[in-house]
Amino acid sequence: MAERTPRRPRRRLIAAAALATGVLTGVAACSPGPSGGSATSAKTSGPVSTDPAKAGKVTLTVWDQNTDPGANVSTEALNKAFMAKYPNVTIKRVSRSFADLKTTLKLALSSANPPDVVQANQGYPDMGAFVKGKLLQPVDRYAKAYGWDSSFPSQLLDLNRFSPDGKTWKTGNLYGVSQTGEIIGVYYNKAKLKSLGLSVPTTLGGFETALAKAKASGLQPLSYGDADKSPGIHIFGVIQALAAGKPEVRKLVFDEGDAKWTDSGTLKAATTLRRWADKGYLGSGFNGKSKDQAVDSFGRGKSLFLLEGTWQSAVLAPKMKQNVGFTALSPAAGQPPLTQGGEGLAWSVTSKSKHPDVAGAYIDFLVNKNGMKVAASHGNLPALPPADYKPTPGTVDEDILTRWKAVSEKDGLLPYLDYTTPTFYDTLTAAVQELTAGHLTPKAFTTRLQSDYSSFQNSR
Amino acid sequence: MAATAHRPTARKRPAGAPTREPVRRRGRVIQWKGYLYALPALTVLTVFLLVPLGQLVQISLFHWDGISVSTWAGFDNYTEIARDPQLRAGFLHSFVLILFFSVIPIALALVLAAVTTRAGRLRGVSVFRAMIFLPQVVAMVVTATAWTAIYAPDGVLNTALRAIGLETVARPWLGDFSTALPAVGLIGTWLEIGLCLVLFIAGIGQIPAELYEAAKLDGAGPVREFFAVTLPGLRGQITVALTLTVIAALRTFDLVYVATHGGPGNATSLPAYEVYNRAFGTGQVGSACAIAVTLTAVILLLTFLITKVQPQEDET
Repeated sequence: MAERTPRRPRRRLIAAAALATGVLTGVAACSPGPSGGSATSAKTSGPVSTDPAKAGKVTLTVWDQNTDPGANVSTEALNKAFMAKYPNVTIKRVSRSFADLKTTLKLALSSANPPDVVQANQGYPDMGAFVKGKLLQPVDRYAKAYGWDSSFPSQLLDLNRFSPDGKTWKTGNLYGVSQTGEIIGVYYNKAKLKSLGLSVPTTLGGFETALAKAKASGLQPLSYGDADKSPGIHIFGVIQALAAGKPEVRKLVFDEGDAKWTDSGTLKAATTLRRWADKGYLGSGFNGKSKDQAVDSFGRGKSLFLLEGTWQSAVLAPKMKQNVGFTALSPAAGQPPLTQGGEGLAWSVTSKSKHPDVAGAYIDFLVNKNGMKVAASHGNLPALPPADYKPTPGTVDEDILTRWKAVSEKDGLLPYLDYTTPTFYDTLTAAVQELTAGHLTPKAFTTRLQSDYSSFQNSR
Repeated sequence: MAATAHRPTARKRPAGAPTREPVRRRGRVIQWKGYLYALPALTVLTVFLLVPLGQLVQISLFHWDGISVSTWAGFDNYTEIARDPQLRAGFLHSFVLILFFSVIPIALALVLAAVTTRAGRLRGVSVFRAMIFLPQVVAMVVTATAWTAIYAPDGVLNTALRAIGLETVARPWLGDFSTALPAVGLIGTWLEIGLCLVLFIAGIGQIPAELYEAAKLDGAGPVREFFAVTLPGLRGQITVALTLTVIAALRTFDLVYVATHGGPGNATSLPAYEVYNRAFGTGQVGSACAIAVTLTAVILLLTFLITKVQPQEDET
């Protein structure tokens, strides 16, 4: 290494620069990306063959993000069952973590030989971009053939709808269906709640009272760690849902109507979160603590509450057994609960798939009654819980199923805030860290969000 | 200038040509054949480096989400770098990192090199050197993960601080707006110091022993000796170290990706991280390419300046 010399003969540098400039002027003539007109040639309409057995020898490439233990095992089991039922079909599964899938799927989809079935994240950043790029095909004809349009509540189905140009969410064609459900809620330590003489909180006000009481008694109210940046979205989303209410949040995220991120509801939510941070409810050093550390500290009984997604139950249940409970809050007493959540990533068929009918049949195999049952039996929350699915009483799984039903059946599901614009995840996560650290006032926080939102509206 | 023009020619023919004139004429003929030999390498270089580089520049002139049809942007993506305070801050952060990746490690390594070479007869010195060089060998992701644990609110560093009664100093180093960037920088210091040390120790070995003897005869102590003999003798190595570490500072990506995701807020966001984030995360491929081009230009410029500063006659 010591022999390496930093000095390059100057002439060569100039030559390289000249060559680069030459190459540049050569290629600048054409633009990156697909050249105008649609490149899709695959059959995306017409009658559906619902019997994969008749399709001949088929290899179906499937990309999923089911790397969590429960989801992995159930996907594996269903794939095996599908191949056993249709020996002519081979499923080639590629499984990646959510973050890896999110960063690689675009490249895979725009390649010459994309997978047949992929899990696409809802919202403008992913599914919207894919639809705009004509990389996914509408699955309405499969929804009709397999009855998804009647088995799924429209609230869930709409999350997977886009206008054909990918510019408007929640209306137009259906681009996939989901197998699992998920909500953000309040995990509580039953023993600690009892020792403080508190009952399970049902409203934001009640929750804040409980936080204050825990703090006063010397117990850490909430386990919170935002070093990974994503928990900030969840905690702010839950508060915003309750403070701003359903219509305002939906207008903002779905870009319907004239709501602004600077409106009073969002401002109130920001003020509340800032107050929690200032009062020490979030603990100290939370911006340097990871999400896993927070979950772990709640699991070890170091705090009263944890605001997290239903997917954490698989981590908490084995540690805390029957001592952990789960609930979702309502804006006011007597009202149905309202929280962030929705469904797992949608299973979609790509435009270039050579066997869309087999892909459709495969997706139905995952989301039909049996598919949901298999998912549930491995600790996942199915989007449509089968009637005979009954978790053990007193477990957190039972709480979660009850809350999921209460939220999804009473139209209490609010979209994740990062769906709002392609850059919103970045903007919001950084802003929440600054808000909770006292670097941004609640008002400046809302202005920051609004400026991202309006530049997206202008650019569309 | 004359020396500069002469050097490459002289280096290519170490056998030494008697005069300048015949070298030139014979050189012409041989050089073309030489290019023929270089052709395979040149082809590889063109296909895998220059063409992508051209594409990079090309894409930087478009608005593109990576999927759908792109639209011409002209220099919009570049003016955005100048306008967007977050992006500007990113570039500023990487200049702060130069302090931690380059200046501090070089200064410390100079001192360490001077000390360890003087203590050359001590047993176990090579073990010590190997340990200091170790961070260079360990994968960056491992380094970043380990340091994240050290800096954590309940990590080793804070525990140690509390143990010696410095409770008030303890903080979430990577989660605190004022300490996050220096904390990331110190990881860089820890990383680069080994490289600098190895370079300098090798360099000191090349300094003629007579110079040290002469210095001693003149009555120079260790400090005088360092400034009069060691430091001038190491100029070549210092330039190399400076170039390598400055580049390392400017292109830091994995460290921030693993340790902070650019946070808290955007306190540790860096251009290289933004390139990745915009290209693969937020679907702003054009903007990502513009940042990459700018970053490449800044690195080339700085490297060029460093070589300019280096006095020519100090080539070892």
